[in-house]
Order: sequence, then C-alpha cells, then structure tokens
Amino acid sequence: MRGVKIQGFGYRGHTWGSSVYRSLPVPGGLLAPSLRSPFNFPRGSLRGSLTKLAYYSTVQHKVARVRSFDHSGKDIDNEPLYEISVQEEITARLHFIKFENTYIETCLDFIKDHLVNTETKVIKATGGGAYKFKDLIEKKLGLKVDKEDVMTCLIKGCNFVLRNIPHEVFAYQKDSDTEFRFQTNHPNIFPYLLVNIGSGVSIVKVESEDKFEWIGGSSIGGGTFWGLGALLTKTKKFDELLQLASKGQHTNVDMLVKDVYGGACQTLGLSGNLIASSFGKSTTADKEFSKEDMAKSLLHMISNDIGQLACLHAKLHNLDKIYFGGFFIRGHPVTMRTITYSINFFSKGEVQALFLRHEGYLGAIGAFLKGAEQDNPNQYSWGENYAGSSGLMSTSPDVSPLQRTRSGTFDMLEMDRLERPLVNLPLLKDPSTYIPDTVDLTDDAMARKYWLTCFEEALDGVAKRAAASQPDSVDAQERAEKFRQKYWNKLQTLRQQPFAYGTLTVRSLLDTREHCLNEFSFPDPYSKVKQKENGIALKCFQSVIESLDSLGWEERQFALVKGLLAGNVFDWGAKAVSDVLESEPQFGFEEAKSKLQGKGRSLLEGPPHKCALIFADNSGIDIILGVFPFVRELLSRGTEVILACNSGPALNDVTYSESLIVTERIAAMDPVIHSALRDEKLLLVQTGSSSPYLVVIEGMGRAIHTNYYAVLRCESLKLAVIKNSWLADRLGGKIFSVIFKYEVPCK
Amino acid sequence: MFLINGQSQPIFPWFGLDIGGTLVKLVYFEPKDITAEEEEEEVENLKSIRKYLTSNVAYGSTGIRDVHLELRELTLCGRKGNLHFIRFPTHDMPAFIQMGSEKHFSSLHTTLCATGGGAYKFEQDFRTMGDLELCKLDELDCLVKGVLYIDSVGFNGRSECYYFENPTDAERCQKLPFNLENPYPLLLVNIGSGVSILAVYSKDNYKRVTGTSLGGGTFFGLCCLLTGCSTFEEALEMASHGDSTKVDKLVRDIYGGDYERFGLPGWAVASSFGNMMSKEKRDSVSKEDLARATLITITNNIGSIARMCALNENINRVVFVGNFLRINTISMRLLAYALDYWSKGQLKALFLEHEVKFLFKICLMAKYKS
Repeated sequence: MRGVKIQGFGYRGHTWGSSVYRSLPVPGGLLAPSLRSPFNFPRGSLRGSLTKLAYYSTVQHKVARVRSFDHSGKDIDNEPLYEISVQEEITARLHFIKFENTYIETCLDFIKDHLVNTETKVIKATGGGAYKFKDLIEKKLGLKVDKEDVMTCLIKGCNFVLRNIPHEVFAYQKDSDTEFRFQTNHPNIFPYLLVNIGSGVSIVKVESEDKFEWIGGSSIGGGTFWGLGALLTKTKKFDELLQLASKGQHTNVDMLVKDVYGGACQTLGLSGNLIASSFGKSTTADKEFSKEDMAKSLLHMISNDIGQLACLHAKLHNLDKIYFGGFFIRGHPVTMRTITYSINFFSKGEVQALFLRHEGYLGAIGAFLKGAEQDNPNQYSWGENYAGSSGLMSTSPDVSPLQRTRSGTFDMLEMDRLERPLVNLPLLKDPSTYIPDTVDLTDDAMARKYWLTCFEEALDGVAKRAAASQPDSVDAQERAEKFRQKYWNKLQTLRQQPFAYGTLTVRSLLDTREHCLNEFSFPDPYSKVKQKENGIALKCFQSVIESLDSLGWEERQFALVKGLLAGNVFDWGAKAVSDVLESEPQFGFEEAKSKLQGKGRSLLEGPPHKCALIFADNSGIDIILGVFPFVRELLSRGTEVILACNSGPALNDVTYSESLIVTERIAAMDPVIHSALRDEKLLLVQTGSSSPYLVVIEGMGRAIHTNYYAVLRCESLKLAVIKNSWLADRLGGKIFSVIFKYEVPCK
Repeated sequence: MFLINGQSQPIFPWFGLDIGGTLVKLVYFEPKDITAEEEEEEVENLKSIRKYLTSNVAYGSTGIRDVHLELRELTLCGRKGNLHFIRFPTHDMPAFIQMGSEKHFSSLHTTLCATGGGAYKFEQDFRTMGDLELCKLDELDCLVKGVLYIDSVGFNGRSECYYFENPTDAERCQKLPFNLENPYPLLLVNIGSGVSILAVYSKDNYKRVTGTSLGGGTFFGLCCLLTGCSTFEEALEMASHGDSTKVDKLVRDIYGGDYERFGLPGWAVASSFGNMMSKEKRDSVSKEDLARATLITITNNIGSIARMCALNENINRVVFVGNFLRINTISMRLLAYALDYWSKGQLKALFLEHEVKFLFKICLMAKYKS
C-alpha cells in the first residue's frame, strides 16, 4: 500500500494523478499546475516522520459554456437553440499534503520542476522539521527558508479552516451511533480556546484574527504519555501505546473512590468508579502490572488532567468552545474519547470538547498564509474539493490496518477558490441556526444505506452520459471510466466512514459527484440533453401560454401550479424519471401532469406580492413550461420577479447562463416577459440579493433534501414532485406525489 | 458521656483514626496528669496499650511513630498530656483490627473516632472482627476545622503555619512563620493519595472546589513502577538525588532559550518525561532522575491546578496540607516557587508543621467540647 502512495509523488502516480491529470499538456497550450510561490515547507510533526506541505496552484480545468447563435435570417426550427463549447478555465487551488519525510527529496524535485513564479525568494516553514530540512530545501530550491512561529501559524490555520470548511468542527461521541457529530459553521468564530496537545500542552485564547494570547499550559501532555509510557511498558511507538491503552483496564492500577470508601459509596452518594489516585494501586514493589493496564491508567491520568486545566481556563475566561489539537489528538478516537469525557466531567456538561477534521494541517496552512500575505487568501472564499481530499479516516482499532496506515502516511486536502463568497439568504429568520440539509445521513443509517445505493445504481448511467456529452473527444470513454471508478471508491469510503467529509447529506453526495466529474474534465455531462430539451420546450411555450390565457382566473391559478409541479417531474437525477425519459423520449408535459399524485392549491390569492424570488430547478420543460408561465402571471399582477439559478452545472439543472438564453428567447415571443426584462421587473441572478416578499423554492434538491425546514422571514413556497419511491414511502405518499409547502411567517 | 469542660470527659484511651487510601494516620493522646487514684483504677489493658505506644517508635514492620511531630504538654478537654502521631499503610488495616481484637480493645468501652474513606470501608470489619463501633466524622469537616484549630494551638510554642520567603531565589529562600489570625478566605489543598481542593470562607462555610487524581499516590505508585522502590521515604530519598532535567524536556530544549512569543522561560518544563520519547535518553537516565522527575511533575501539576482554582475563586492564600508534603521539602519549595512565579507574586503558598489530617483528632475533641 505504501508503494502505491509514494508513487503518488512521482509525476504520474495514482494519488497524485488527479492533479497531474488536469495539468497534462493539452492541445492548444502547455500548462503545468503552477506552483506559485509563496508556499510553505515543511512542518515536521512530533511524529518526526511526517511533513505537511501547503501550496497554492492555479489549476486548469474545463468548463462548459453556452453561447447564443445569431439567428437572424436563419431557420430557427432546425438549428439547436444555442452553442455549447468546452473551454479551459484557470482557477486557484490550495493544496495541503502530508507525507512521510522519507519522500521529501522526491517532493522537492517535484516542486522545483513546477515552480513558476520566482519573484518570491523565501519559503515559510514552521515546526521542528523546519530546522531539519533547512539546508536541503535551500540547496534544492534556491530559496531561503524563513522560520515562522509555530503557534502563530497554528492559529492562523485554525481560523482559516473554521471560516472556510463546512463541517470542519466535530464533537466526538464514542458510544452513540454517530461517532462524529459535526457542527454547523457559525458566522462568528471568535472567541475560542485552542488547546494544543503536543509533547506539552499550550492553552491559547483566540479573540480575533490577529489577537491571541497564551493563557496557560501544562508539561503533562503527549510527550508525557509517550515518554512515561515507553518507560513503563517498553513500548516505543506512540500509536502502539495507544493500542495498548485501548485494551487495558485502568482499575487494576488506579485507586478508585470505591477502593477508599468500600461499599459505602452508594449510601454516601459518591461515584465509586471515579479515580481517587492515579497509579494509587501500584504503590508496591512486589506486584506485576500489565502493560495494557498501565498504558490505560496513564492515558486517563493525562487526559483528565488536560481536560481539568482546560476547563479551569475556560471558566476563568468565560469561554465555552474548546478546540483540541496536536499529535496527542490527531484523529485518535482513543484520546478524543478520554478528552471528551474529561471535559464533560469537569465542566459538568457546560463546555464541549471540539475537534477539527484538518487539525493536522493547521501549522502548514498558517505558514502558507503568513507567506501569502500580499495576496491574502483570507479575502477569498474557499471550498473543500471532495474529489481531491482524502477525508477523515477513523484510526480506531476496528478499522482495517490498511486504512490506518494510509491516513497516517499520506493524506491530502484541496480547496478551490470560490468565485464569490457564499452567504446565507438574508431572508432567513435565524441565519445562525440555518442547517440547509434536511436529513443527516451520518446519523440516519437507513437513509444513508438507501442513498448510497441510489447513487451507486445511477453511476453507470451518469458515466455513460458523461462520455456521450463529449462525442468528439478520443479519450472520453477512458475518462468516464476513471470518473466511475473514482466516484465508486468515494461511495465505498463513505459506506465505511460516513463522517469522512463532515456530515453526509444528499447534497454532499451530489457535490462529490460534480467534483469527481470535474476532476476528469466532464464539466457538464447533461449539456446536450439540456440543450435539446430547452429547444423542445421553447417550441411549446406559446401554446401553453395560449391555453392558460383561455382559462378563467381561478382555473388558471390551479393550472399554473399544476404546470409548475408537472415541470418538476423532468429530472434526470431521479432514477424513476430518467428511466421514463430514456425509454419514452416523447414523454411530455401532458403525460407528466397525468403522473402527478394529489393536487396543489392556488397560491396567488390575496393582494399581489411586491417581489418574488424563485429558485428554479431543471432545464427544459421545468423552467420553460412550468416556471415561466408562473413568472409571467406574477409579472402581470405587478410583482417583480427574481429568478435564481445555479452558477455551475449539476445534472440537468438549469444554469445561470442557460437561463439567460432561455429568457432572451422567451422574451422574443412574449411581450410580458419582454417588457419586464426591459423595465428590470424580471431579474436573473446567481444568488438572491434583493428583498423579496415571496420566495419560491422548486425541486427535490432545493426544497426537500435541503431547506425543507428552513424558516424565512417572508412568505415562502417549497414545491417539488417526489420522484423517488423510497422517499415517497418515508413521507407517507406515493411516487410522483406533490410537496407543496406554503408558509407565512408568524408576525 | 462526652460532656466535657470539667464536668465529664471521654473515657481513655483517646484515639483518632484517619484511614486514607494509602496510609492510616493514628493520633493518640497520652495523659501526663494521671493521678495515683486513676493509675490504680486503670485497667491492665489500657496500661499496656499506653506503654506499648509510648515506649516504641515502630510497630510491627510498617507502623511508625513520628516523634518529631509529637505535641507535648497539650491541654485537651481539661487534661494535660502528649499527642502522638503514628502511621501505617492502609493495607495493614486488617492486621490492626486483628490486634485490637486480640488485645480486647472492645472491653475498654471506648468509641473509636475515625475519618477518611476507610472509616466507611472498614466499619464493618471493626464491628465484626473487633467488636468495635466507629464514630465516623466527615473528612472535609475534620480537615477544615483541624487547620483552623492547630493554628490557634501552635506547635510546642512555635507557629504552626509558615511560608517561604523569596521562593524564587535559591540563596535567599527561607522558611518563616505566618500568622493565620485572619484566615479567610483561604484555599485548602489537601494532598494525600489524591488531591482535594477546598475554598474556605469561614469555619462553617467551605466548599470542595475540585480535586485531582494526580497526588501522592501517583508519585509513589509511579516511583515503585519506575524504580522498584518500596516505600515513600525511599522514593523521596531517591528524588532528592536525581536530576529531572535529564528526563523532562524543557522550553530551552525546544526553543534554544526562552520562548518569548509566549513569555515562557527556558527553564520551564515543556514536557514532563518528554526526553523519554527517545531511546538513547531512556537508556541514559538513573532511577534517581526518574524519581525526581515524577516528583516535579506531580508537584508542578498540583501547583498549577491550585493556582487556577485560586484565580477562579478569587482567593490569594493557598494552604497546602497532606501527607505527601511530610518530609518533602522539595515539593513545598517548588509549590511556593511555582505559585509565586506564575502569579507574579499575587499568590502565597502556606504550609503547616503538622500533617493536618493527623490533627483531626484534636478538632474532634474540640468538637466534643463544644
């Protein structure tokens, strides 16, 4: 297994392959992943054998673009609606990798070959290893190694991950179904306490980006566990000591309260199992104690002590968030468990012990940020790339040693720069408690099993669709297969370790699939399907409008809602639908209407809304024959409409750029839409930005898998057609039932 | 039966037991004002017990009388006499009860007052094996009242409470008496096998703030495992000859000097036993070094927790008591130093001449008096 990973450091190896792939010479230009300085190297951990490297690169990847044809004087009927092209785009990416020091030379060679910007002559480094490899780095790269303060780097890194990575923080609960309980990111991360348990313990209070203070520490830390443990048990390795500890019985070595008080504990109301004196039973020269028992006792002693001090400091400074890090914690369930126990005990449940998914990278990230101050990455928003990141690995003894080795020796995290920061919709009633996702699949084992199977079953179809979307590319088949393989592996990982990337949700499964598709240059596998469906639907637009206009007011309202819902049947993401669409290409709007179970209600009673915000779902019939007639009705009533579509492609969801073309074409046919566009009564946006009085959220992904429970400050309508029989069952309905959730905020 | 102050007094012998996790502490009041009449009436049993206890300094293989702690010519419940302090390991408790049974202790119709967890644990054994009823007293109550009482009594004319002046200066550091006339509020840190920390606001108003399992039992237990020693005294003796800086990783070992960013001095311990992560260093340290490091680790930790409690409770006087500090000057001076250094002189560490729970007996008698 190690061999494979190390290959990763070559230029073509398996693990590294993902990055290399994107950066291989492509027709029309040669672009390497430009490792732009400043980057930082290395941060040796106390393990002494691992280096963490953070660097910034620009990554070239493909994006799908749509462009309207000039239709003047042409036969529109036989032309596709718009032109689709795949273009190269360069985006920024942060890479964080962790590897054994043995491979440092290979790594340095790689960097040397890819280093493009040589303006910076300095490399920022932190940690003990910074000294160790100083000469080597300076010689190989011709750069000056600049040492940065460990704790400053650690805190900078910590702030960065807390701000940018969703579900970065988790609480550990060994004895519940979900070992890892992820926390929703809070907009305000300060103040907090960072307890770093390296060889000793540092307790730092962080009040803002630049303001932090060492408020205490303890010499009893990871080094004590390791050093004293090695003396007591003759076991040399830290990991082995933890293994021993997880098998031991501390009660053979520790003096418990019940050993002092005897059976009277119950009548006295004492907890007999509390430790009265650590190692209190080993006060004799003539008894042998097992290695396991001693290691366990030592683990408890140290964890309890650290927890107690952390609580005392938290109390003194009135803080309730404590993040734990350092090699003592680093992904070890054994220590996370004992620390959590200790914090609960000493704070009487008032303080929560919190851990970070990327704790091991904090120093490297911080050193990187120190070096990148001119081009401050903090001014951008970054998102975790699920395709390129290894994810959190459980190191608990019951996970196979193979995976343990893997996480211990090679691991990576990639973050892509987002084009714009993601913000909460200002209309949320309580943004701080907003959790988009309806079902937590980390928690709900049954739902998890179902959805993972669902995504597995759909995978062949998606891969096929991806290959078909690029008929002119010679290697499309091969890349589609690689995509299939990669996503399949991700799904298998998630089956075993659902917590690998934070809380598992339907949304994160979808995102992971998009990241994997992008990884293999399939920016928009459904582009052709969408193009065709948009074309077909546009042709029907006018007749749909005519038939609606022929109805009386009340009848029309029902028909509009029914149309909205029927349009939402056309979803390639739902297997029940894609099966129909594959086998009955002529399946149309009327057929969809007849599939619907139940009926909606009229929405537009009462005085007209001033403004409405609509989050639209699918391309084709959905947006053109479902959403647009509804938009048109709103506009005719004097309501301004903001139509929000996805920025990037996801299945057959309509993208912002597609919506622009579609709207333009509709405007050409329809005077209502035309004048609304002209007068800016109809706005097309990528995110909601105005102040609407009605929010319409359409589709399963937006209104059921997420946002179902979101409470807004204005009227809202969440509507979708349930296109999944398992989900329908769960909700107590039939497939193609309608969700129509209209909410008025309480005054 | 227990009316005192010239009206009546407890029946001799006057004993008190503090049965801790590791050690049993026994106090015995030897009346020195026995009248001829009393002497005649004194049953043979009682006489032999008195003779046995006062004429020996060691009992069996593990019992020891701390002669240097003896309080002479003390007036207690209207009687003059000497107070003796005897200790033996808790695991010899069954033998002690057995002895009591053989010597027909029960025929003396005395009530044994006892405190500590063992008062509960061994209550049934006393009853069945020794035919004795224990009078159990709350441990923390005894502790608090004992501290306050002993200071009022004094130690053979000297002050019971003392502190170290200039604890941060090895040359000028000296032990000086401290007047505990206005004792409140004070933080009371009792270091036995484990550690209990109490905030005392008045004689009757105190609370247990917290405790830690890293106490005297941990020092002794770890020393036994690391060095093969078998007594606490042996462990302390070893510690006094060792060098903990060979075992511990200091701030200067990591940063080459002070860590200025955080204001940490180079001599501070960064990681207890941190050097022992390396095999070469493990092979090069002595048992004495290990014993010293264990002592320093435990002591520093207690100091650190005590300091945090003092800050949280807003108390600036910390009284350290407990058997761990008996003959343990290294720890006392380190506690004094650590508290002074890390609090920038705001906190004062105080100590008592007597292991205070030894003193609970006095407090107990005082209790009967009132």
